[in-house]
Amino acid sequence: MHLLDFQGWSAERVHSILDSADIMREVLDRPVKKVPALQGLTICTAFFENSTRTRTSFELAARRMSADVVSFAAGASSLSKGESLRDTIETLKAMRVDAFIVRHPASGAAHLVARYGGLPTLNAGDGRRAHPTQALLDAYTLRRRLGSLEGLKVAIIGDVRHSRVARSNAELLPLLGAEVTLCGPAPLLPRELARPGVKLTTDPREAVKGAGAVMALRIQQERMAGGFLPSMAEYALSYQVNERLLAEAREDAVLLHPGPMNLDLEVSGSLARSERSLIGEQVENGVAVRMAVLYHLLVGRRE
Amino acid sequence: MITELKNVRRMGENTTGSLFFENGTIRGWNLDLEAQQVLDGRGGTVLPAFLELHAHLREPGQEQKEDLESGLAAAAAGGYGTVVSMPNTAPVVDDPGIVRALIEKSERLGFARLRPSAALSRGQQGEALADLRALRDAGAVMFTDDGRTNEDAHLLRRGLEYAHSLGVLVSVHAEDATLRKDGVMNEGTVSEELGLPGNPWAAEAARVARDVEIALLTGARLHIQHLSTARALEVVRDAKRRGAPVTCEVCPHHLTLTDEALRSFDAIYKVAPPLRTQADADALLRGLLDGTVDCLATDHAPHTQAEKERDLLEAPFGIPNIEVAFALLYTRLVASGRMSLEALVDLFTAGPARVMGWAAPQLEAGAVADVVVVDLEGELEVRPESFKSKARFSPWAGERLRGWPLLTVVNGRVAFQR
Ligand SMILES: [Zn+2]
Repeated sequence: MHLLDFQGWSAERVHSILDSADIMREVLDRPVKKVPALQGLTICTAFFENSTRTRTSFELAARRMSADVVSFAAGASSLSKGESLRDTIETLKAMRVDAFIVRHPASGAAHLVARYGGLPTLNAGDGRRAHPTQALLDAYTLRRRLGSLEGLKVAIIGDVRHSRVARSNAELLPLLGAEVTLCGPAPLLPRELARPGVKLTTDPREAVKGAGAVMALRIQQERMAGGFLPSMAEYALSYQVNERLLAEAREDAVLLHPGPMNLDLEVSGSLARSERSLIGEQVENGVAVRMAVLYHLLVGRRE
Repeated sequence: MITELKNVRRMGENTTGSLFFENGTIRGWNLDLEAQQVLDGRGGTVLPAFLELHAHLREPGQEQKEDLESGLAAAAAGGYGTVVSMPNTAPVVDDPGIVRALIEKSERLGFARLRPSAALSRGQQGEALADLRALRDAGAVMFTDDGRTNEDAHLLRRGLEYAHSLGVLVSVHAEDATLRKDGVMNEGTVSEELGLPGNPWAAEAARVARDVEIALLTGARLHIQHLSTARALEVVRDAKRRGAPVTCEVCPHHLTLTDEALRSFDAIYKVAPPLRTQADADALLRGLLDGTVDCLATDHAPHTQAEKERDLLEAPFGIPNIEVAFALLYTRLVASGRMSLEALVDLFTAGPARVMGWAAPQLEAGAVADVVVVDLEGELEVRPESFKSKARFSPWAGERLRGWPLLTVVNGRVAFQR
């Protein structure tokens, strides 16, 4: 069983993972934060793209469940040596690992790892395509704070075009009954992403109107050089998620951010540190949600 | 030496007969001649061997992907008698010595006949013209920077003028690279859902529009390669109506596959220009039927298996298809009733000949003995592991097709026999 994206997933399946995450959170609150669920299994984190935060969160989750963890880190180096993704994965598989957690700069690479490896595969972010555990932890964080997601309006603001977080949330949240509005400057907002449950707008005030949650996306300086944006100042002026913008949302609306943040660019520092911000909780919940996902993929499989 | 090719039928006829060759020339049908060599056409249909205007044979320099021997054997297996090779090799074919060496080697091999194209610009860098006259004198039959897009409009203009004065055709990979950017597949719903950088249809249409104007300006013949979009085809249609001296080609994969195939994340489907939408494929077929498209060309682009097992950003562009092109299109277009056999054969033979300004291949006495016998009845599965090409993978692997070549004769000699 894999977690590559949410194609073919049901709300029930998602909720049962989120229910398990509740249990995992309790484990994390104990003095000894460890359960034997994955004892004897070796999990390989194959990171073809750097991300210390995500890797640490996954590795902690695996170790809290008593799995052994081996890390494989490859930049462009192994590829320039002429090794295909398939070669790399088959080599790692030959070392008798039991599952892959894969991060890769190319969309779809996680699917290829699942195909070539033939082992349970967990997508830790592939290109712009998907980052399903991030979306799960966002949903979990919202469910904990707000209760049901049914009918909840969620605004996702920023560089939607290049964001796997936005794509995964736009896949998952409507599955749970939420309505997603993707918002950003037109060059960063692909029209093709609109579908039932997912609206698009270039107007951030329209996006947050009536929203119970607002997620700011990381915006990168390179987008200026890429011709997507005139200037960072203009972006911040129009699209920064701050108190003034949040005033248009529901009174109890909360702030999310997948991190790492550019404070006072895509999100105002004061809002990020306010009690409306769930950013710290997202990180905390990340470990519990990843434990729950590992449990469902690996223990469910052994039974 | 006299050769008898017996037990073959002519297109549209039910009875079988014999075609006679002598010293590389067709003598005629059902003659009363004593043959030194007899070939059995096994009841297949005999056609003029096909002409390919766009194949990447990778030699010199990338022989791990393909070489003249594997590439020209693959062409013969696909029913081709003549192949125009592309110059984006390593080194680039911009030197008369390379052109001569390629022709000499191909003649020793005895598979399909090679007619190399050469780079329009030195090193295909798009900055200075290559030595076009010397390249022509060495045997280059076309100038192109295929694989690269001609960004400098002035250089293309001067190259067209000069090549035209030499009587050599220029062909272009019509795509605005600044609009394509880092696109690896068609820009649209699928690319946005998959989160892969898209290549918009306008990158092709905009460049075709520019190049058509340059062709009108210079009066020089211009051939536009591998059209993939409905819109660019519309630009060509308009241009032809205005009398612009342009011709164009379409590839089998753009007619039979769409960007939906990329949902597999399999880099077999990564090709330049990219697989587009069903509406584009339908428009290209209409272009074939109404004569806007002058010929079919395969853009046979072999790579190693390992290169194609990379992710979609890293893997190279290209589909190997020279061995399946006719069977694929016969099955999809003729057997399904969308096109006549005569029209399809024209697009594989007389069409490319007209583009090149060559005599149309035919089966009449006095013509060069380049023929192919195809089996329009029997079905065979596409089996990449038995390809002559070094690229033993295919988007159509496992598909059952009709119309496979049984026998290919080039210059009166057997170049392929199934
Ligand atoms: Zn090309």
